[in-house]
Amino acid sequence: MSLDSAPAAQEPDIPTAHAAPPGLLDLFLAFARMSLAGFGGVLVFARRAIVEQHRWMSADEFNETFALCHFLPGPNIVNLSMVFGSKLRGIAGGIAAFAGLLLPPTLIMTVLAIVYARFGDLDVLRRSLAGISCAAVGLLIAVVFRMITPLLKRMDPVALILMLGVFLAIGVLRLPLPTVLLVAIPVSIAVTYFLRRKVAA
Amino acid sequence: MNAENPIWALVATFGLMSLFAVGGAAAAVPEMHRIAVEVHHWMTEKQFTDAYAIAQLSPGPNVLIVTLIGYAVAGIPGALAATLAMCLPTALLAYYVSRLLNRPSQSRWPGLIQAALVPLSIGLMAASALILAQSTDRTIVAVLLTAMVAVVASVSRINPLWLLLAGGLLGFAGIV
Repeated sequence: MSLDSAPAAQEPDIPTAHAAPPGLLDLFLAFARMSLAGFGGVLVFARRAIVEQHRWMSADEFNETFALCHFLPGPNIVNLSMVFGSKLRGIAGGIAAFAGLLLPPTLIMTVLAIVYARFGDLDVLRRSLAGISCAAVGLLIAVVFRMITPLLKRMDPVALILMLGVFLAIGVLRLPLPTVLLVAIPVSIAVTYFLRRKVAA
Repeated sequence: MNAENPIWALVATFGLMSLFAVGGAAAAVPEMHRIAVEVHHWMTEKQFTDAYAIAQLSPGPNVLIVTLIGYAVAGIPGALAATLAMCLPTALLAYYVSRLLNRPSQSRWPGLIQAALVPLSIGLMAASALILAQSTDRTIVAVLLTAMVAVVASVSRINPLWLLLAGGLLGFAGIV
């Protein structure tokens, strides 16, 4: 890790170059900035800021960290802030990044909640929000399509059945999430394990 | 359950839910809907979809729909309690696990578990879409708008914010 502090950014095309470890305030501000830039998902901005702009991590390190956070439960980007901050500056760094990511948008959201509680019944606002909701559902459907495509291409029947099963249990039958996952996760892991052994054998 | 203290109910609800949120915030939307609308009647159907729309439109992680749910239950303390309960436990879990896995591991279990979770989280997100669509897409125009956004967002790399704003404008104009 390169420790020469100031001019690290002046050597543009060294992908593995690291800048000096940032201070806690730097972490807080960097995550606050990417969070506030992140309309409809913070990940893209997080990647850009961490890997390209500040060079606190190489692209591979970022991918590994993200994979870990994606596989653990909870909001991925929030997990990422904690793991990432703590890799650079210990637990205090984790908390600084976590707070930077969440504090500003939570304050904005609280203000919006107050506005909505006061004016949510206004017809103009109701109509606009109805239109935004329709678009938001469309965006979600697009994400689902994008994620299903690789499963369809691989014609992976087991994955498709599991996916459909969870969809029906949660979306149609409206069963509680913990119940469904306590069944689905062990089944899916067992099936994946045996299929991989068969492929390997 | 904890009718006497709504803050505690929020903390217990979202703290537990976060541990089951495989695949992130969008995958937890059905459970948020089930608990906030069907079980506790914290919000109406319309308020819930509005909250989803506001959370999508605002900057920051999409998980912050819980801030809006928390506010609806118990004002500003509720908003903060719900947000922390949803975000802090799993972030600490991630911190400890990342320390355990500090070396690049030879184990194939993380990869295997991740592969096993992918179809489940897609199923959960599809369920989110269905549940939200059932309450927003009540007219043919609304269904058409949702379908068009889905197609445009699938085939192009347009910033989602523009599509949300377009939906808002159509709603504002009274078309949807």
